[in-house]
Amino acid sequence: MLPNVQPMTSLTLTAYTLVTANGRGVGPVLQALRERRSGLKPCDFEGVPLKTYIGRVEGLEDFSLGNELERFDCRNNRLAWLGLQQDGFMVAVAEAKQRYGAHRVAVVMGTSTSGILETEHAYQARDLAGSLPAWYTSRYRYTHNMFSLGHFVRTCLGLCGPAMVVSTACSSSAKVFATADRLLRAGLCDAAIVGGVDSLCLTTLYGFSALQLLSTSPCRPCDEDRDGLSLGEAAGFALLESNERVSRRGAVALLGYGESTDGYHMSHPHPEGAGAIRAIRDAFGRAGLQPSDIDYVNLHGTATRVNDAVEDKAVSGIFGRTTPCSSTKGWTGHTLGAAGITEALIGVLCLKHGFLPGTLNCERIDPTLHSRILRDNDVRPVRRILSNIFGFGGNNCSLILGTLR
Amino acid sequence: MKVGIQGIGLLAAGLEGWRAGRAVLAGIEPFAPVAVPDPEAALLPPNERRRSSDCVRWAVHVAQEAIALSGLDPREVPTVFASSGGEMGVLDMLCRTLATPERVISPTLFHQSVHNTASGYWGIATTCQQSSTALSCYDDSFAAGLLEAITFVCVEQRPVLLVAYDLAVPAPLSEARPIATGFAVALVLAPPSDSSLASMHLRLEEAHQDEASRLQDPALEQVRQDNPAARSLPLLSVIAAGRSQSVRLSLLDSQQLILDLDPCRN
Repeated sequence: MLPNVQPMTSLTLTAYTLVTANGRGVGPVLQALRERRSGLKPCDFEGVPLKTYIGRVEGLEDFSLGNELERFDCRNNRLAWLGLQQDGFMVAVAEAKQRYGAHRVAVVMGTSTSGILETEHAYQARDLAGSLPAWYTSRYRYTHNMFSLGHFVRTCLGLCGPAMVVSTACSSSAKVFATADRLLRAGLCDAAIVGGVDSLCLTTLYGFSALQLLSTSPCRPCDEDRDGLSLGEAAGFALLESNERVSRRGAVALLGYGESTDGYHMSHPHPEGAGAIRAIRDAFGRAGLQPSDIDYVNLHGTATRVNDAVEDKAVSGIFGRTTPCSSTKGWTGHTLGAAGITEALIGVLCLKHGFLPGTLNCERIDPTLHSRILRDNDVRPVRRILSNIFGFGGNNCSLILGTLR
Repeated sequence: MKVGIQGIGLLAAGLEGWRAGRAVLAGIEPFAPVAVPDPEAALLPPNERRRSSDCVRWAVHVAQEAIALSGLDPREVPTVFASSGGEMGVLDMLCRTLATPERVISPTLFHQSVHNTASGYWGIATTCQQSSTALSCYDDSFAAGLLEAITFVCVEQRPVLLVAYDLAVPAPLSEARPIATGFAVALVLAPPSDSSLASMHLRLEEAHQDEASRLQDPALEQVRQDNPAARSLPLLSVIAAGRSQSVRLSLLDSQQLILDLDPCRN
């Protein structure tokens, strides 16, 4: 299958930041990867009695956004705020704002469940007539509505450019790179803040439990005995700028992306991975690269039986048995709508630090998988990586990131 | 940036289908809203249709109408779905169940709760494997979707199907988001050609107050204000009347889309 896209001009990630259950900021996240320290712990979220492990970001329960931002207060925006505070990200955005003007910086965010936890709490607090509490109804727009995260980030950063929230389940914060590229190429902005935040809630915990997709142990991607995923939460952001303005030797850039759908089923992947293959091929088409140019593949690797098997079909069909592949969900859990940005930024850490994470919790690689699955961490130069994200609704996105030479 | 409009689908009370809706929006027929029956959405396979949410049936129904008018093969057309709140009816049912001691939720209901449910069902119905984006921008979701769709057409030089929908929100969620009646619209946009219904040139400009175009008919203007997807009405009215005219759509509090429309064929 040939890609049906034209090569793109790469975009520099001038600044980036990440918060997962493993750490606040890219430094602590990298350290946890190197030390093979998982952020997954037995579920202790809001007294939920499910026998599962979660990647919960500590400290969000006792957290204040302050008076000016109080209307936005919900777990998802608290996590967003925590993310914005790390790695000097706010300073980098302020500089971009000064460089281009507040109207010329776009905000494109991804999330799957936004602040739904507020609505879950409000339904538990309905009065005898069945009405929702006033503390909730007056703040729905700023908390649960799907645009809340975009509104919040735009407000925190004082930006006035185009903004939207992409919500395509797990692929949400991978697809934000594609939308931002289109806005930049169309000349509608000079820089874009991309990213995503998803936070723990009852809907996803009980939903994945109902689908019988939650592992009772920390998730074990690519393991022959893998029995499901572990949910996590994360916030990640990147500042994207056109290379002509900021290109620097050694800088990390988005080289390509591919978007596709399966057109097959809402919650089962296409059996042959047809949509996944299309997304990967288009990413190569835009990057003007071929599989042998890629040093590492960060798998979607949720650790469900079906996902890992189908993804392996697609990946091994394209990369054969040579390119190292791993899933990092054993560290972070599946952060759903934040998985795209989380794993893109883990890829950036690989590029920056010449390091490949293995597949944490994978004891024995499933012998039916044909890709070259890395179980242990590795140290080696990394020039280009590919990150796969697949979501409900059969929505797929692959990103290629690399170091500029 | 300039695109051609190749197809239109429309569904709302008093605006059932583009053919009937066009006559109303052009001022030829009176606007007489009556409750919309459950849309046929005939492209959905029967077992998918049976399980589908209202949002899915409304979105697929208008998408189908717009694609048919365009004459394009839906498998070749990437899509953008825009909705303020998405599956509000499904979320109401889920949150009701999560407020019970047992919290036994239906797996089907769970996978239908995502914002890209309509996008996913459209893909299943058409076996389309092209890119599909689902997005929100609260009251300006139609404008944000239009921006994403037009930039996609211009950057990739390919047709794109845009579907915008928001349905009536059930109680008690309606206390937080009062949307009383449904509205769904679909546009097939493509690089301008001889077969376009109208051409549309887009500019994005700064705005300092709400300068969005309004409708002369007070009842239609009320519809525009009450449902985020109905923010498309000024655009549809200009196309319906076959006029050359500019339409302004607000994008948040600081920007606006200025759309210069010109009729092409009828």
